[in-house]
Amino acid sequence: MRSVGRVSVFMAVVRREVAVGIKQKSEVLTPLFFFVIVASLFPLGVGPESALLLRMASGVLWVGALLAAMLSLQRLFATDYADGSLEQFALSPAPLTLLVLAKVFSHFLLSGLPLVLIAPVLGLQFGLDARALGVLTLSLLLGTPTLSLIGSIGAALTLGVRGAGVLLSLLILPLYIPVLIFGAGAVEADAAGLGAGGHLSLLAALLVLSAFFAPLATTTALRISLE
Amino acid sequence: MLEVSNLKCVRGERPLFDGIGFRLESGQLMYLRGSNGAGKTSLLRILCGLSPAEAGQIRWDGLPIKELGEVYRRDLFYLGHYNALQEALTVDENLAFYAALAGAIPSETDTASALARLGLRGCQGRLVRHLSQGQKRRVALSRLMLNGARLWVLDEPFVALDQASIELLASLIAAHLDKGGLAVFTSHQQVDIGTVRPQVLELKA
Repeated sequence: MRSVGRVSVFMAVVRREVAVGIKQKSEVLTPLFFFVIVASLFPLGVGPESALLLRMASGVLWVGALLAAMLSLQRLFATDYADGSLEQFALSPAPLTLLVLAKVFSHFLLSGLPLVLIAPVLGLQFGLDARALGVLTLSLLLGTPTLSLIGSIGAALTLGVRGAGVLLSLLILPLYIPVLIFGAGAVEADAAGLGAGGHLSLLAALLVLSAFFAPLATTTALRISLE
Repeated sequence: MLEVSNLKCVRGERPLFDGIGFRLESGQLMYLRGSNGAGKTSLLRILCGLSPAEAGQIRWDGLPIKELGEVYRRDLFYLGHYNALQEALTVDENLAFYAALAGAIPSETDTASALARLGLRGCQGRLVRHLSQGQKRRVALSRLMLNGARLWVLDEPFVALDQASIELLASLIAAHLDKGGLAVFTSHQQVDIGTVRPQVLELKA
């Protein structure tokens, strides 16, 4: 009996998701534009007081990234659920947890990573210096995969539920609090001369922890949705 | 060999069926009948392991399917009401994805000939979104030929197919049985599968 190559199955899912993302650009671009607009509205609303903007910067950018990530979460499993692909996932020889992990990784690639890449540009609007921009980007790079991982649990739990979008936010946003605190805190800690190392390590720890537990929870939730 | 004993299914508060049992050997076909709401789809989903049964056991080659897990899923091909095709991708991309998921890599010519047999020559590069209902169904069914599964579980496979495709699918199932495969299917239409005499299981609503 030939065992399915785990890596090739993982890559097949990622390839499929990226191909879908490329063909449906709006799904990738909407959260990105949302992030850009939210982050740009703050300097306009608060006014050009640079000291205030500087203090708010990391918090605003992190909340913006968090909400942008939420936007695309709802569709993480919804299409596959509606067209029957999810059933085929569950019945494929490969473990469902592996497929879930691949879906979540693709979600990070398509909706988290673009936010990370554009964040330094938005940070400039708030007058962050190069060092702070570096810390901000690094904190987002460590934090956004965690957002996708934790979010996948909510996306799976709210499959096929009416008003899934709002429910998803209510379920998931509270769980995002630790990521937000350590993410936004990293930039402030660094600015205060304390060094961002502690915060970034904690973000990395959260990432490892959620990478281990979230796919298991998501898989269980998906199986329940499919029953 | 698929053995089902004392299967019971409850949906909500309502018992759908109870005490279902049958035995399907290599080369045998099971035709599941019943009116709407009798529990045909539920039974098929339980057979696949998608839904849990209230009571009873399903054994594949003598072992409970729960214990077999991956081994059973490798032997199984299930096609439900949905075609399970990603509409934004092309026919080829969809088929290649499912092949990779099953751990097989069918050659280009395999895919092309499977599609050609189902009258979908030249559709490989087309987006699934641009196909008609019947064409989508045929793309989904082409996976039957690209899949080495021994047990086919088909929920209303003849729906949305034209007469020629119905005959072709019937001959595919007959060939599968000839090779020692097993098949369970539901259908509201009377379709003859080659010369095979199917076991008939009637579910009462």
